[in-house]
Amino acid sequence: MLPVNYYLALAIVLFVIGALGVLVRRNAIIVFMSVELMLNAANLAFVAFARFWQSLNGQIFVFFIMTVSAAEVAIGLALIVTIFRTKDSIDVDQINTLKG
Amino acid sequence: MSLSDAMNLGGFFYLVPLVVIFPLVGMLINIFFGGRMGEKGVALVGCLGSGLSFVVSVLLGISLLGHPDGITISYANWNWINSDTLHLRWAFLVDTLSVTMMLVVSGVGTLIHIYAVGYMHNDVRLNNDPGRYRRFFVYFNLFIAEMMVLVSANNYMMLFIGWEGVGLCSYLLISFWYEKGKNGIGNALAGNKAFITNRIGDFGFLIAAFLMYRYLQPLATNGVFTYDFSQVASLASQVPQSIILAITLFLLLGVTGKSAQIPLYVWLPDAMAGPTPVSALIHAATMVTAGVYLVARSHAIYAIAPIAQNWVAIAGGVSALFAATIAVAQFDIKKVLAYSTISQLGYMVAAVGMGAFVAGIFHLVMHAFFKALLFLSAGSVIQGIERGEEQLEHVGNPHKRGKHEAPLDPQDMRNMGGLRHKMKTTFWVYLIAALAISGIIPFAGFWSKDEILAEANHLNPAIFWLLLIAAFLTAFYMGRQIIMVFFGTSRTEAAAHATESKAIVTAPLIILAVLSIIGGALNFPPINSLTNWLGHTFQAVAGGAASGEAAPVPFNFIVAAASTVIAVGALVLAWYLYDRRTREMQRLPLGQRADDPLRPALGPAFTLLENKYWIDELYGYIIIKPYQWLANFLGETFETKIWHDFIHDIVLVGGFHLQTRFLSGAFDLGFIDGITNFLGDGFKELGAQLRKIETGFVRNYALAIFIGVIIVIGYILLRAI
Repeated sequence: MLPVNYYLALAIVLFVIGALGVLVRRNAIIVFMSVELMLNAANLAFVAFARFWQSLNGQIFVFFIMTVSAAEVAIGLALIVTIFRTKDSIDVDQINTLKG
Repeated sequence: MSLSDAMNLGGFFYLVPLVVIFPLVGMLINIFFGGRMGEKGVALVGCLGSGLSFVVSVLLGISLLGHPDGITISYANWNWINSDTLHLRWAFLVDTLSVTMMLVVSGVGTLIHIYAVGYMHNDVRLNNDPGRYRRFFVYFNLFIAEMMVLVSANNYMMLFIGWEGVGLCSYLLISFWYEKGKNGIGNALAGNKAFITNRIGDFGFLIAAFLMYRYLQPLATNGVFTYDFSQVASLASQVPQSIILAITLFLLLGVTGKSAQIPLYVWLPDAMAGPTPVSALIHAATMVTAGVYLVARSHAIYAIAPIAQNWVAIAGGVSALFAATIAVAQFDIKKVLAYSTISQLGYMVAAVGMGAFVAGIFHLVMHAFFKALLFLSAGSVIQGIERGEEQLEHVGNPHKRGKHEAPLDPQDMRNMGGLRHKMKTTFWVYLIAALAISGIIPFAGFWSKDEILAEANHLNPAIFWLLLIAAFLTAFYMGRQIIMVFFGTSRTEAAAHATESKAIVTAPLIILAVLSIIGGALNFPPINSLTNWLGHTFQAVAGGAASGEAAPVPFNFIVAAASTVIAVGALVLAWYLYDRRTREMQRLPLGQRADDPLRPALGPAFTLLENKYWIDELYGYIIIKPYQWLANFLGETFETKIWHDFIHDIVLVGGFHLQTRFLSGAFDLGFIDGITNFLGDGFKELGAQLRKIETGFVRNYALAIFIGVIIVIGYILLRAI
């Protein structure tokens, strides 16, 4: 069995990729995907620790995160569709209506 | 003394409050019901008020006769002002002096009331206001009441009430026709003059009263000062001479005000603006003698202040001569009598000043008779002239004056003449009064004036000579007046048509004339009944030791003869000048005829006398003008310019404006608003700065969260190390 450090390293890599994707990319879909990547990095860390500690708590957290992210995706995609309909673009830098 | 005590004494002493109450009730009835009672009712009530007071005075006099050794009764003692150190009571003093005064005031007062019934009947019609008839009697009764308070007081404060009360009545009655007179305000001004001049005298009286309290109260038994004459007299010997001198001199100022002596005499001649009965009662017979009464009443304290006594005598003697000289050159029948009154009051004041109290009071009583008679007869003459003028207007005489001529002055003696055939009764009573005042034996004035002269000869030769010259002038100006008014030919149509007054006017004249003839019997030299009568009072205080009354001087034949010769000589001179000389002057061309034979004889001196030495102008120049200037200065410059314009407007209002401007400007707008604006602007600025963060770009937010997370985690991790 692979030691937990490998899993954690992978999770960190995934999270950093996701975070950078959120900060750097302008395509709303890509940003979205990057968010999912960060969530899944966290999931991976949970699962790895659950295995390591032989505890189901981490597994259950993962289930919750997956359901929440599923709901989030549903709303997020719906928002993106609506934004696209009004703005003909999903570039997040085009959307600054909340500017103070 | 209580009622029962007074009853036990026998006599009618307990009636004494009625001398004040009767005229007061008469006044109240006339005030409240006079309007419905008609003229006759008003007159009846007025005369009864005074007459019943006289009856009570007579009863008091009879009661006193029952005590030949003399008695002093202080009746009523009603509390008035009560404190630890001051206890003023309303107490009526009955002794021979006060009863003498009561008899004079109410007796002469009643006669003048009766005279006024007829006189005012004509006067109010002449002045077109019959409604004022009632007012006259209201004032007159009030005057009698106040004068009774004055003479029956047993302490200085109650006397002062009467003193002020008669001053008020004098003022009210001088300006009785207040809308008449020179420029429609002359009478009101005369009233003012009398009142204000009297205020100066009253100021002296008050200062004297304050001094009494200040220096005599600590010496009083139990420290309770009552102002009683007897208490003041007994305490006065215990205080330093200088204090008593100050008190007596300030009282003298009061005396000169009320009794019209130098320097405060100027109001009396102007007081003739009042109706003639007023001149007779208030400004000749009674009120003006209050000063003489005050000195006589204060004889005990004057006795221990010889310097003050001397000043009283000098004021009286100089006034007697001074006023007599002015009287010589007056043409207004009442003005002559007014100056004559000042002169005669001078005799009385000089007498009481020298310590000859009985002589002073004797002359006071006699003067009340003959001077009242003179004034009332003069009133009768004036109305006779007015009737003559009225008659002329009725018949439409061709000599009727044109509209543009000045109205005839019915008081100017130059408009009279030859009245002895028209007004026989008035002429005879006037002649009697004139002889009485001139001091012709056996009329009343001879005895009283001679007593004063005899005392003066004995006590103070300088005053004697002043009074002797004044006696000469008195006889001269009375002779002049008699001849100008009653002898010769009528100088105007009005005088030619003058008619005698009605019986109600002449009856009191006849009674007074009888009194002027036989009055001297009151103190006929060998019997000296008045001296004995008043002696009780003047010796009762201080055990007779310091009574101040000089020993009675025996009848002095040389003085009597001298004064008689002088009086007769003056009358003869007056006859020569105003009868013979005037007739000679009639033959001169019209332009060279003088209105008075003395005018060419005396030249500028006559003008000086005619203008009363310009004393009024002098007072106007040295007192009234500077006073008005001061008042103007205080009013215009000080009050308006300095106080109002500077202190008020600039300092106070300006300062307030400055302060409010500072508070509303610098402080409120600058500081308070500054704080709030600073806060507001600060937050606005802060918000403006902060809003720049709110870019609306989702990636910025994400980065911020990311950094925040790193910081939080970094913090947690670093903390653990």
